[in-house]
Amino acid sequence: MRRIVVVGASAAGLAAAETLRREGYDGTLTLVGDEPLAPYDRPPLSKQLLAGEWEPERLTLRTPDALAALGLDLRLGVAATRLEPAGRTVELADGSALPYDGLVIATGVRPRRLPGEGPHVLRTLDDALTLRERLAPGRRLVVVGAGFLGAEAAAVAWRLGCEVTLLEPAPVPLAHAVGLEVGEILTNAHLERGVNLRCGVTVTEVTEDGVRLADGERIQADEVLVAVGSVPNTEWLAGSGLTVGDGVVCDEYCEAAWGSPRPEAGEVYAAGDVARWYNPLFGTPMRIEHRTTAAEQGVAAARNLLAAPRARKPFAPVPYFWSDQYDMKIQAYGYLRGHDAVAVVEGDLADRRFVAAYRTGDRVTGALAIGMPPKAIRPWRQAIATGAVWHDSVRTTVPAAESDRGNTTAAEHLEELTAE
Amino acid sequence: MKVELEADKCVASGQCVLAAMDVFDQDDDGIAILLEEQVGDGRLDDVKEAVALCPAAAIRLVEQ
Repeated sequence: MRRIVVVGASAAGLAAAETLRREGYDGTLTLVGDEPLAPYDRPPLSKQLLAGEWEPERLTLRTPDALAALGLDLRLGVAATRLEPAGRTVELADGSALPYDGLVIATGVRPRRLPGEGPHVLRTLDDALTLRERLAPGRRLVVVGAGFLGAEAAAVAWRLGCEVTLLEPAPVPLAHAVGLEVGEILTNAHLERGVNLRCGVTVTEVTEDGVRLADGERIQADEVLVAVGSVPNTEWLAGSGLTVGDGVVCDEYCEAAWGSPRPEAGEVYAAGDVARWYNPLFGTPMRIEHRTTAAEQGVAAARNLLAAPRARKPFAPVPYFWSDQYDMKIQAYGYLRGHDAVAVVEGDLADRRFVAAYRTGDRVTGALAIGMPPKAIRPWRQAIATGAVWHDSVRTTVPAAESDRGNTTAAEHLEELTAE
Repeated sequence: MKVELEADKCVASGQCVLAAMDVFDQDDDGIAILLEEQVGDGRLDDVKEAVALCPAAAIRLVEQ
């Protein structure tokens, strides 16, 4: 293999490029990024950067020297427009064509949008700087979507003195991911501070002076931020023969799947937000938009690309994410989505210091912690990584606040928590 | 090689501890702690993995 192209110059693409060099690949290595900036970090965009605590330079993922040491053919500010598998070529927006033997697709996602007049979104450094300029004491900000991005931005805007309204269609923020009990904790954190969180409302349109709800109500705002999820950047792969469906569909090795007949297209892998791969640890395909997964998957895809077929390793991570909201640090391991039950296994929800374990089927598949030390969280990560059986792992003592109910057994306690 | 850690960038993911537990630990808030500043060849691969996996780009390896 003498020519490798990595499309996407953010966390996953950078990790892939670095790993290729670290593993001894010394051929041509092209890194393509549609933004004109050297690889930078996105999580601080809705945290320290939006708050004005950090300037853009702090987000740079590698020093110029470290980047130069990789010996890259670096193509920044130019998007990939087409994959031509028969010719093993990636075409770029500037008309150039990059031949490859191996390809890593790490083109990420872009914000999902709503109909209407140009609201803010928050994905790129430009997005964050534009929004930051508009946040000031007394300004009215409507945030559409109380997922992690929307909630973090709302918390920052509140701290900057804005009047914040946070609109969420679900009954609590992140209901499908964290469950109702934990969602209520997140709800209270907003309400206590005077952020006007309204759940169960659907925004249908962004207007010149705010948003319109499904029932016709209008909410006035100076600025509107839409944070309603994202869309994988796969359009440039149309017609390539790659299997695309909410992301680039991959096997457990992160190798991209082809329609039939499979073209002689070289070796193609995907990593990061854009990749929908089969995670054998959970026995299900997943597409994870977490910063840690992007790096892990970039590393894994690069190694498998270089490895002999029998030496490849399945990519079976425990997904991890964190979120900073007000004074809370939220950390979650595993795959919480679609869980069957939640149990508080350490601490107390009411104190906002707890670990909650999540069950899917008979296994421990997730854990979410707020304000807990690493030693309290690590065993639960380990339980998820080893596929521990729920009833062997979860022996909850009833939290102190609920002890007046008597000696509730762990199983009964679980049933109570599960009634969602 | 020398390991440099920017603790105020750390997001407490613990990825460094998973990659190189001889070199990194976490305090009670989860913030990374450097156990060894100088790493020899034996631990270099682990630390390079930690550099690659750190989600805050808070770890660097510096030639001496």
